[in-house]
Amino acid sequence: MATMNSDLTILVIDENTIRASIIEEGLTEAGHSNVTVIHEVQGVARIIETLKPDVIIIDIENPNRDMMEHLFQLTRTVSRPIAMFVDRSDTALIESAMDAGVSAYVVDGLKKERVKSILDMAVSRFNAFSRLQRELAEARSALEERKVIERAKGILMKIRGLSEEQAFALLRQTAMNEKKKMSEIAQSVVTAARLLM
Amino acid sequence: MMMTTQDRTRLPAPMAIRSDRQRVLRAGFIPLVDASVLIAASEFGFAAKEGLTLELVKDVSWANVRDRLAFRQFDIAHMLSPMPVASMLALGSNPSPTITPFSLGRGGNAITLSVKLFERMRDVAEITEDADAFTNATALAKTIDQMKARGEPLLTFGVTYPFSSHNYEFRYWLAAGGIDPDRDVKLVVVPPPLTSDALEAGAIDGFCVGAPWNMIASERGVGRIVAAKQDIWPSAPEKVIAMRPEWAATQPDTVSRLIVALDAAARWCDLSENHDALAEALADQRFIAAPVEIIRRVLAGEFSLDAKGNRRVIPDYFKFHRDFANYPKPGHALWIYSQMIRWGQVPYGDTALAAAAGTYRPDLYRQALGTGPAGEDITTEGVENGDHFLDGHVFDPTDMPSYIDNFAVSAEKPAGSDRRKA
Repeated sequence: MATMNSDLTILVIDENTIRASIIEEGLTEAGHSNVTVIHEVQGVARIIETLKPDVIIIDIENPNRDMMEHLFQLTRTVSRPIAMFVDRSDTALIESAMDAGVSAYVVDGLKKERVKSILDMAVSRFNAFSRLQRELAEARSALEERKVIERAKGILMKIRGLSEEQAFALLRQTAMNEKKKMSEIAQSVVTAARLLM
Repeated sequence: MMMTTQDRTRLPAPMAIRSDRQRVLRAGFIPLVDASVLIAASEFGFAAKEGLTLELVKDVSWANVRDRLAFRQFDIAHMLSPMPVASMLALGSNPSPTITPFSLGRGGNAITLSVKLFERMRDVAEITEDADAFTNATALAKTIDQMKARGEPLLTFGVTYPFSSHNYEFRYWLAAGGIDPDRDVKLVVVPPPLTSDALEAGAIDGFCVGAPWNMIASERGVGRIVAAKQDIWPSAPEKVIAMRPEWAATQPDTVSRLIVALDAAARWCDLSENHDALAEALADQRFIAAPVEIIRRVLAGEFSLDAKGNRRVIPDYFKFHRDFANYPKPGHALWIYSQMIRWGQVPYGDTALAAAAGTYRPDLYRQALGTGPAGEDITTEGVENGDHFLDGHVFDPTDMPSYIDNFAVSAEKPAGSDRRKA
């Protein structure tokens, strides 16, 4: 496997360093040893000229894609690169790549099965990264919610002389009565306290 | 009715089976004032009146717009006029058949140089503050000569895309001044919203881009506007509404309704009494996300040339509708083709010539609106009063090789090629 893939030169351009390393890892695991990762497009012309990559993977949200188009137009270093897809009829891959936010340039003439596995991998890694980001955001907001509940509890304990358990029960009961999330009630307690004290 | 999708990578897959009466159109656009007609059609009820809903999707690069149109994520798109032509000529990294039945108007571009470079031009060539576009170009040529003599590095200028009106207009202006855009300077691509930052940071020494980015640079005191599109060629094609020919063929009724809606929106955009409302809408985060005051002045053609208070009013800086500004004149597509040949992007040939002209579809425009300009679709350009090219040349599409050969500055012909032969 490793020797089969190792002759393809792959360039990954991603301003997001974490995602870039996730993709790099995936490529290495798949047996690609000629992988270069850059995080900014500054100087990319020279890199492409010396590296002569067979495949370039770039984040679809990177506005510098237009710069890449210009580069391909000016120089003949990358011979006839095709945006995204070796096989235009593979609409499933095209859709999943676009949904995942992957765009790629592939040197014309490469066998499609060789490139397809790379693109599939990039797509799944991009998706994995989005999932990770989502989970992180969720974890972060859960933490924030817990923090605000703690603060509201403290306020109630102090102002109304409640025990911690009573304060918690009061918040929960109010949330149930008002059909709101506990963190929302807690937030209004914190806001009210800020206004009144 | 308007929906903007912020999270562009999460677009739902388009319907697999489309009826031939599609009423909801997903339209890609880049945040520029020349997307006004499309945005107004959606925001001010013109599309709704035709029974259409436009889902406007803001994108970050022309390459994305092209790919998303090609791969059916967009039904229609705001595009640089040379992009469909390039696609029909199989240029670029994803050429997929693309046509345009409607131009989004004229004007909007300008060339801005760094204040530092402009000061140097004033020193070297002794030009006045209000020098015209041609004088500015020759002053830049003199400055470049001096820089070369002193062994200074080449100036770097930004355009937006290899197949853009900006690329061809910047090159036209430079060449008119006697500057070879491929040898005497370095042309790079900079995304429009980044132009004034790049200028300030010294990464580029000038740029050609659409509104409002020139005025943003001049207001910030980092740039000096030295030429407008009107100076180079007032009729020069700008943005278009692009679509896949096979989609247009299966949706004739929808295409007609769209053209009617866009035509009404364009007429509305042309009226200055609507500019406050238009500027307000364009300034929104969902669209251009730039100061409303600047957009209002851009629409009025009131130019701040720099931050020192030098001003210039260009009456038709934007022409959204008047004088059949929306008519997709095949002769204009041929002018684009001529510039592609001039700068070595494509060779001259009869088949390519027909393909380039076929990109523009006046038949669809006439079918929808029952009108169009008098006269032929392919005529001599740059002869009418008020429609001259910067260098006084006249474009005769029927003798393209001579037209191109007559330019003092152009790319070297590929070895062994003769523009007179197909």
